[in-house]
Amino acid sequence: MIKHLLSADDLDRDTAIGILDIAERMAATAGREIKKLPTLRGRTVVNLFYEDSTRTRISFEAAAKRLSADVITFSAKGSSVSKGESLKDTALTLQAMGADAVAIRHPAAGAPHRLAGWISGSVLNAGDGTHEHPTQALLDAYTMRSRLGHVEGLRVAIVGDVLHSRVARSNLSLLTTLGAEVILVGPPTLLPVGFEKALPPGASISYDLDAVLPKCDVVMMLRVQRERMIDSYFPSEREYSRRYGLDRRRMALLPEHAIVMHPGPMNRGIEISSQVADSARSTVVEQVANGVSVRMAVLYLLLGGNA
Amino acid sequence: MAGHARHPARKPVHGTDRDAPSETSPLQHVKSNTVSGIRGRTILTAADLGRIVDRMAHQILEKTDGATNTVLLGIPTRGVPLAARLAARIEAFEGRRVPCGTLDVTLYRDDLRLRGTRAVGPTAVPEDGIDARRVILVDDVLFSGRTVRAALDALSDIGRPSQVQLAVLVDRGHRELPIRADYVGKNMPTSRAESVRVLLREVDGVDAVLLATANSDGHSGVDGPRSERRSE
Amino acid sequence: MTSTWLIRGARMPGGGPTDILIRDGVTVEVGTVLDSRGATVIDADGLIVLPGLVDLHTHLREPGREDAETVETGSRAAALGGYTAVCAMANTDPVADTAGVVEQVWRLGRDAGLVDVQPIGAVTVGLRGEQLAELGAMATSAARVRIFSDDGHCVADPRLMRRALEYVKAFDGVIAQHAEEPRLTVGAQMHEGEVSARLGLTGWPAVAEEAIIARDVLLAGHVDSRLHICHVSTAGSVEILRWAKSKGWRVTAEVTPHHLLLTEEYVTGYDPVFKVNPPLRTAADVAALRQALAEGVIDVVATDHAPHAVEDKECEWAYARPGMLGLQTALSVVVKTMVEPGLLDWDGVADRMSRIPARIAGLTDHGHDPAPGVPANLTLVDPTARVRVDPSQLASLSRNTPYAGMDLPCQVVATFLRGEPTVLDGKAVR
Repeated sequence: MIKHLLSADDLDRDTAIGILDIAERMAATAGREIKKLPTLRGRTVVNLFYEDSTRTRISFEAAAKRLSADVITFSAKGSSVSKGESLKDTALTLQAMGADAVAIRHPAAGAPHRLAGWISGSVLNAGDGTHEHPTQALLDAYTMRSRLGHVEGLRVAIVGDVLHSRVARSNLSLLTTLGAEVILVGPPTLLPVGFEKALPPGASISYDLDAVLPKCDVVMMLRVQRERMIDSYFPSEREYSRRYGLDRRRMALLPEHAIVMHPGPMNRGIEISSQVADSARSTVVEQVANGVSVRMAVLYLLLGGNA
Repeated sequence: MAGHARHPARKPVHGTDRDAPSETSPLQHVKSNTVSGIRGRTILTAADLGRIVDRMAHQILEKTDGATNTVLLGIPTRGVPLAARLAARIEAFEGRRVPCGTLDVTLYRDDLRLRGTRAVGPTAVPEDGIDARRVILVDDVLFSGRTVRAALDALSDIGRPSQVQLAVLVDRGHRELPIRADYVGKNMPTSRAESVRVLLREVDGVDAVLLATANSDGHSGVDGPRSERRSE
Repeated sequence: MTSTWLIRGARMPGGGPTDILIRDGVTVEVGTVLDSRGATVIDADGLIVLPGLVDLHTHLREPGREDAETVETGSRAAALGGYTAVCAMANTDPVADTAGVVEQVWRLGRDAGLVDVQPIGAVTVGLRGEQLAELGAMATSAARVRIFSDDGHCVADPRLMRRALEYVKAFDGVIAQHAEEPRLTVGAQMHEGEVSARLGLTGWPAVAEEAIIARDVLLAGHVDSRLHICHVSTAGSVEILRWAKSKGWRVTAEVTPHHLLLTEEYVTGYDPVFKVNPPLRTAADVAALRQALAEGVIDVVATDHAPHAVEDKECEWAYARPGMLGLQTALSVVVKTMVEPGLLDWDGVADRMSRIPARIAGLTDHGHDPAPGVPANLTLVDPTARVRVDPSQLASLSRNTPYAGMDLPCQVVATFLRGEPTVLDGKAVR
């Protein structure tokens, strides 16, 4: 039984598989006329969002509401948060309100860890800076399992700005825990220094996307931000796109069954071309739908057991 | 339950002590033994179980006009194979195939805080659904009644049956809700400190019903009623 | 001052038990003192007497952040840590970049009277790294500034650094460099390596320190000036210093207690009490720093005592201010990391924490073993005591010690500043 989900490292293999299994049951209820479950009736779930992320916020809201929890959303805009109230004072407020769980999105790595030290409820990391986004990794694993039948033994390329990507970090941890092989691909400037030594078993690094693609079951494209170019991580968007973007030519290098994933929002024409993003191999839309089921499963797991 | 509300005074139909051959004297099963890794007194043997399921199938046929317009929904874990067995017996006796399904109630329980989260089982409703049909919920043990309460809620979220009935292998008493079964394999008076454990071939590799005292054996996997994983 | 003290039976580093008679601020007799008339006797059996400790690197926060520390509270923490002199860094508000500000700090120190507070002057106006501050005016002020530092910021412009090194030769000054190439540490949060990669915190690469040290030792050698390197934190820096010293260049260096004890692994829980600049490094760096201190490649231990208000630490890692308390725990950490493993004896401790820093800072009253006629700046230490660090019991106004809950060896029993006790029985006299 885990109390918080701060990092994908918090999940051992059995717990992770348990979440995916429960998510599958949750997904089954999404097709019903009555989608709501009474499971978390009377519980309070707070979405504490210090960053704009409509898609993640809505996904957490939908998940909590489907489980009949009372949902309160604090976003940085229009609350005391933007007026400079400290995270600690906000935490004390949430504690006083009796929040059973807080899903926090924050630009600073480790903010969820701090919050977990200040409140008695469960904390879910909904993305902290360049650290982790564990529910994204869970929904990605869920998507792989539903498309390809299993996660163990898959070879997954995670391509792009690994250095600044919380999605990459969480996926690296979770997918290797689940027995997948992970290849991190990107320009050396966007891969953390010394990462080779820190990689879990089953993970490796490559700078050559074309060489990696033919042996991949999954290719996960990461969003690359324009600021990185200004900071000299790469010379130009055009060069980035040529070396690390997924276009139709590169997609043809993939095995027949391989799928293309993207956590969104996409920069069409930079890390992924429109033909690829809209192709049958692309799971972008499913990933969004699966997000709700996975977050329901996580809320159930964290909240079910601790009153 | 739909049926009960209309007939509150009627006693549920079930095998009484007189007609259950295995119940001549509880004392004959007093010795403690270990079955399939579970230690406890054997209350029902495999042969007893076979006879009880046969009888329950007959009772269902009697009470449902030959099992017409009827669906059996087993509550995981052991209600599922029980439902399948009842369906098989009904088919053997009457030649009628009764649709069988699974109804997981985990997400509808009211005791998550007390007992913690557990794995969520599948819910599988027969193809033709349950609307306007008679649904018989099947479970292994009826205890507090909370599982059945959860099952009724779950049922109402997936359809609208014309009638809901309840079949249980063992009714051990100690109800906490106004719920009773329409078909009872065996009434078994117990103390709260005891724990009833139904073992089925499909799940446990052996057929038996055991009675264990809580915490008398740390290895038994059978503990007090509050934390018992599936005691109803 | 007419008080007389007799310390009986204290052990000098490397020597046997001895008595020390102190009168009118100076030591008057050392050896077997028979005549204790009029003296208050301190039974120092089993205690070690050290020359009063000298800290080259203290942030006292006054003026500007008196909610985090004042000259008086910092002085008290220093005295309790066995210090008789501390050098107060210039990054106050206003910055100590004029004769007026350094004199103010110096006077505040004298008024508190618990340790000698020797102000450090800023190298550049406002620590902005653009224009030299009036170094000469600070040197000739009442504060007699000899150490100049933009600590907290690196003097990054090589030309400006060269000028500063040259300029202070006129009054035997020294530039204490905070070695951090700013273009390599934009947004940096912790040591760059495996742990930063895992935690998603922007890395502070060792090379950002080493590149500046390499440049500055070359500059110091070129213009034959005195250079002091603040808070050395990497094994690579040690190698550069070793090389520079082999050339005979006038380069000294300090290491902080926390860099001798703690590693980057402490960052894992994101508690900003472990956020410090330069950051906590790897275990290999810690080992190299200990070895360098033992060999004298690193000359001294300096605390980089950096008090911070609660709100500046009880927050997200990235928003927290870097720095740790150090004055009250420094000696214990040095004993734990250097004496207990056998890397340094007590005489070595006296060198690294008193005699050499006093010499670097030009504090002629400090860093002397008790001898007739010498100012009685002394510290008595119980080497067998063990102390559990309780943040709420520290004298600092702030609570940001990284050692909370740790059991550390030894305890300062008494501190004498010019013959008067500032600490007795382990408690501040006032």
